Amino acid sequence: MTLQTEIPRESLTSLAAKALHHRSFIAGFFVTVLVAGMAALSFLWTPYDVTKLVISDKLLAPSAAHWFGTDHFGRDVLSMIMIGARNSIAVALVAVGIGIGIGVPLGCWAAARGGFVDEALMRLNDLVFAFPALLSAIMITAIFGPGAINAIIAIGIFNIPVFARVARAGALSIWPREYILAARAAGKGKALITLEHILPNIATLLLVQGTIQFALGILAEASLSYVGLGAQPPMPSWGRMLFEAQTRMAQAPWMAIFPGMAIVITVLALNLLGDGVADILDPKSRRRR
Amino acid sequence: MSLLDIQNLSLAIGNRPILKDVDLAVAPGEVVGLVGESGSGKSMTAMTVMQLLPFTAKAAGSVRFDGIDILAATEDQMCALRGDDIGMVFQEPMTALNPVKTIGEQVAEGIRWHTKAGRAEAEERARKILDRVGLPEAKFPLTRYPHELSGGQRQRVVIAIACALKPKLLIADEPTTALDVVLQAQILDLLRDLVHENKMGLLLISHDLAVVTEMSDRITIMRHGEVMEAGETARTLSSQTHPYTRQLALASMHVPKRRPFFPLEGEMSPKATEGVASEGNVARSDIVSKMSSTAETPFPGRFAAISPPRGERTPLVSVENVSRLYPGRRTSFFGRSAPVHAVDDVSLSIAPAQSVALVGRSGCGKSTLARMILALDNPSAGAIRFRGEPISHRNEAELKPARRDMQVVFQDPYGSFDPRQSVEKLVAEPLHLLEKKPTPAERREMVAHALNEVGLGPADLDKYPHEFSGGQRQRLSIARAIITRPKLIVADEPVSALDVSIRAQILDLFADLNGRLGVAYLFITHDLTVARAITDEVLVMHEGRIVERGATKEILDRPQSEAAQALVAAAPDLHRAIARKIQEQG
Amino acid sequence: MTAYLLKRVAIAFATLVLASIVVFAVLEILPGDPARLMLGMNATAEQVEQVRTQMGLNDPLLLRYFHWVGNLVLLDFGRSYTYSVPVIDLVRERVAVSLPLALIALALSTLIAIPVGLHAASRQGRFGDTVSMGVSQIGVAIPNFWFALLLIYLFAVWLKWVPAGGFPGWSAGIWQALKALILPAVALALPQAAILARVTRQAMIEVLSEDYIRTARAKGMPYRAVLWRHALRNAMIPVLTILGLQFAFLLAGTIIIENVFYLPGLGRLIFQAITQRDLIVVESVVMLLVATVILVNLVVDFSYAMIDPRLRGRS
Repeated sequence: MTLQTEIPRESLTSLAAKALHHRSFIAGFFVTVLVAGMAALSFLWTPYDVTKLVISDKLLAPSAAHWFGTDHFGRDVLSMIMIGARNSIAVALVAVGIGIGIGVPLGCWAAARGGFVDEALMRLNDLVFAFPALLSAIMITAIFGPGAINAIIAIGIFNIPVFARVARAGALSIWPREYILAARAAGKGKALITLEHILPNIATLLLVQGTIQFALGILAEASLSYVGLGAQPPMPSWGRMLFEAQTRMAQAPWMAIFPGMAIVITVLALNLLGDGVADILDPKSRRRR
Repeated sequence: MSLLDIQNLSLAIGNRPILKDVDLAVAPGEVVGLVGESGSGKSMTAMTVMQLLPFTAKAAGSVRFDGIDILAATEDQMCALRGDDIGMVFQEPMTALNPVKTIGEQVAEGIRWHTKAGRAEAEERARKILDRVGLPEAKFPLTRYPHELSGGQRQRVVIAIACALKPKLLIADEPTTALDVVLQAQILDLLRDLVHENKMGLLLISHDLAVVTEMSDRITIMRHGEVMEAGETARTLSSQTHPYTRQLALASMHVPKRRPFFPLEGEMSPKATEGVASEGNVARSDIVSKMSSTAETPFPGRFAAISPPRGERTPLVSVENVSRLYPGRRTSFFGRSAPVHAVDDVSLSIAPAQSVALVGRSGCGKSTLARMILALDNPSAGAIRFRGEPISHRNEAELKPARRDMQVVFQDPYGSFDPRQSVEKLVAEPLHLLEKKPTPAERREMVAHALNEVGLGPADLDKYPHEFSGGQRQRLSIARAIITRPKLIVADEPVSALDVSIRAQILDLFADLNGRLGVAYLFITHDLTVARAITDEVLVMHEGRIVERGATKEILDRPQSEAAQALVAAAPDLHRAIARKIQEQG
Repeated sequence: MTAYLLKRVAIAFATLVLASIVVFAVLEILPGDPARLMLGMNATAEQVEQVRTQMGLNDPLLLRYFHWVGNLVLLDFGRSYTYSVPVIDLVRERVAVSLPLALIALALSTLIAIPVGLHAASRQGRFGDTVSMGVSQIGVAIPNFWFALLLIYLFAVWLKWVPAGGFPGWSAGIWQALKALILPAVALALPQAAILARVTRQAMIEVLSEDYIRTARAKGMPYRAVLWRHALRNAMIPVLTILGLQFAFLLAGTIIIENVFYLPGLGRLIFQAITQRDLIVVESVVMLLVATVILVNLVVDFSYAMIDPRLRGRS
């Protein structure tokens, strides 16, 4: 007997207007684009060539020539952060792609079938959740040896149950709606209904979860390369830079501060972006932060 | 002297004006009804009295309760009043109780808070009031949790909380809207008795004119945040001087004009029905199939009425000894309680172009039965045939011809549309069932035609559901149901979520389509006025079984079974209520 | 009640069995022969074969699995190739560091996060809320190992209040040992606290918009009383879910943080074992951590039943 208030669909222009007034969305979006732009730029140009080791320039403090200083091999920290961004973004993006690509169909399938399929898939989810990403990475590394690919697989595997759960929960909340019954009365099968009604209606949820997992992926990649399970030298990565900075904290704190800041700012921007997207697409929340 | 005296109350939330110059008074022991359609501001008036408004609300005017200026009262003063001198009952019993606390705790809490009584004493009083509202300790101990109670029982708990300290004023905001008619009558009786016993003032808020008329001494009618008319119930409703009062009363008593379905009267374009003819039609009889496949005889369903009378040919729907069991609750890891018979050995049949009501209390199995008839669920036993063809346990491909000829309209005009699809896509959804897929242009024309049929224009094609009001959405729902020219429409409480004036329009539309298109209806409802308005035959369902069947008028006037009698007696009826009031109030 | 709990126990058990199969399978597909690894490159084929038979490596797969699981249950994790001591002894020694670290961090993050979250929710949109949520937004974005580096720089290198790393052992006295664990625990706890505080606030705000909160207020209870008596318990359900998930993250975080602070815990053990390809140790520690995660989630499931009568069913 209760009436559900449906999420009204809004026109693109009104959404854009809302986005322009949403401070955290603007900030998150701007910084995210900046980081992505920086990574793209690094393919064409960086202030210094990081493949050349200039020992005479080692451990230079930040200056006009080296904005973020240099490391123990005399490499420019800014240039390394720019190239490291590529690695972070690539790993996190592919890991999110794995999560969505496998998790969402599984979650939708579980919700549509119910019963045994649902139960079995959820138990598999529990299983994967029992292995924190780092543990999976450790196991994968134990098998194949360290590398950026392992990081992607480990984080990606961990993303699968996350998206499966979100998709399943979202789909389960859509299935009992009357418009699904109407679609069934119109002779549409479960696959078609999932495609036409379920997916478009859970897209918002997935988008928000996607930005969250993207941010988490960047953090996880940094952790893995920090402990040596991620990208291998000479490929610069933010986590690895922090590892190398650790023993030189006293002489060259900038080696630790700037890559760390890069991680914090990127993750912060993605989280703000995610919050903003959730806010803008959800008319129920009138938060404006 | 008035207990509650509201004068010139205006209210705005943010910049949106909600109430304008509302006057309302409740004397001790008096029942005042506050009536209005959704958005009329009646709930906000109650919330202003309770001072439970959102932070951004600004009220002006005067609200005095028992000599206290409510608008100027501090939060501490209000806390002392709420639950002690003013009690409130809400609309939605399913969510009004805290799921993690026992009913005893929740009733005793207010008592302890206001009287500083000890736990034992408060529980004793809680026990008493729960017993008074019809939840005796023996069956409903204080340690019960809300989820272990039904909706009606939960509403009794909410009433117990509100009345525990014998308040001077009770505010009941749509207290029975979420309940079926029989429960509604019980709860209203309880409220009436409590008011009488304790000399409480009762402010009864409802959209249902009949309910308010039956209950109240005086009545206030609101619209768009303003009071339209106020006065003694009998006089106000018998004279109906104010046009809006008249309009509301008429809508509440509305009976749609029904014209008998006559074959060659329709305005159907042949084009719209192309490709709709199905194997089922062809099977009916040679002559009919020949005629229906020619362009001159546009609408095959029309032959329903010139077919021989009922009984001598295949019914449109026949349900034979159908049962539906649901597995029982898990009681332990291995055990389950006995399975529940949602539908128990039910048989019925519906003839073409016939309009049948399936009436029963909530939870009697009527929706389960409807879903099985629509082949959205399968019976555990028995058979369901559509035009003679069994439709249970079939796959979608086999069901296609049957599905083309039966469609559905749901109760909730908000939940029955995918918010992310345009009207054109939504209404065209059943076209998926056609053997020959229409071209985009054909599709658009068919949708436009269906919209026209339900009183909407072609301009609505590209809109989205949220751009329509509740009544318009129900029209969309009907457009979607008739686009394949079905022989049967199953409508599950199609008007119970609508305001009375909109409800009248939608009932008219149903009646009109029945006459014009010759479509048969199965109306599922707990509301007898709906059944009376547009059906020829009524089936009364109780606890999974059909306990009575017959002509609508016959059953509603002379119900035989206990279940039917209860439904008829409980159904609010404005005519009756006004007559009774006039007798009481002279 | 028992039906729900029994089901959760059964699920936890099934998950544990599946996890053991996964870990065992990884052990199986690993390149390299443990016997050869143990004996070194100079061993002859016969020697290797002899050791393989001794170690049961030539038994059928299923037999070896049950043998391995059976030993796990008896806490016989086998012998480390590199340390030449029973793995259980290594683990016991290291758990004495890792477990207190994880528990301190968990306690710290809960004690900080829940009051902050509740306060923010009760003052939604006002100054305190805005500031604490802003800070938590940054907290969520900080990698714990970087935060650890900053803490070391500030408190160990600059202020010299605590050691920069290492662990004196519990034998050196409780205070000395705890002192070595303070910075790691803070580094672990704060980013987690930021997440938890946000979840608490969100859960609380959602609960506060429920109908039963209005019913409680209509009883005449002041807002604060309603907050404590009605909202808190309901809001704890999502908070518990996150706490359960966080424990897994905390464990993983412990592995990393131990490397930052040179703490001789399970994390250090597992990394040393990886570099030395001491796989029996890797397997054992992974299995132990996975079992802990499953156990903690079981505890969370049990506490749901304590909070929510709907899960208990009819008593």
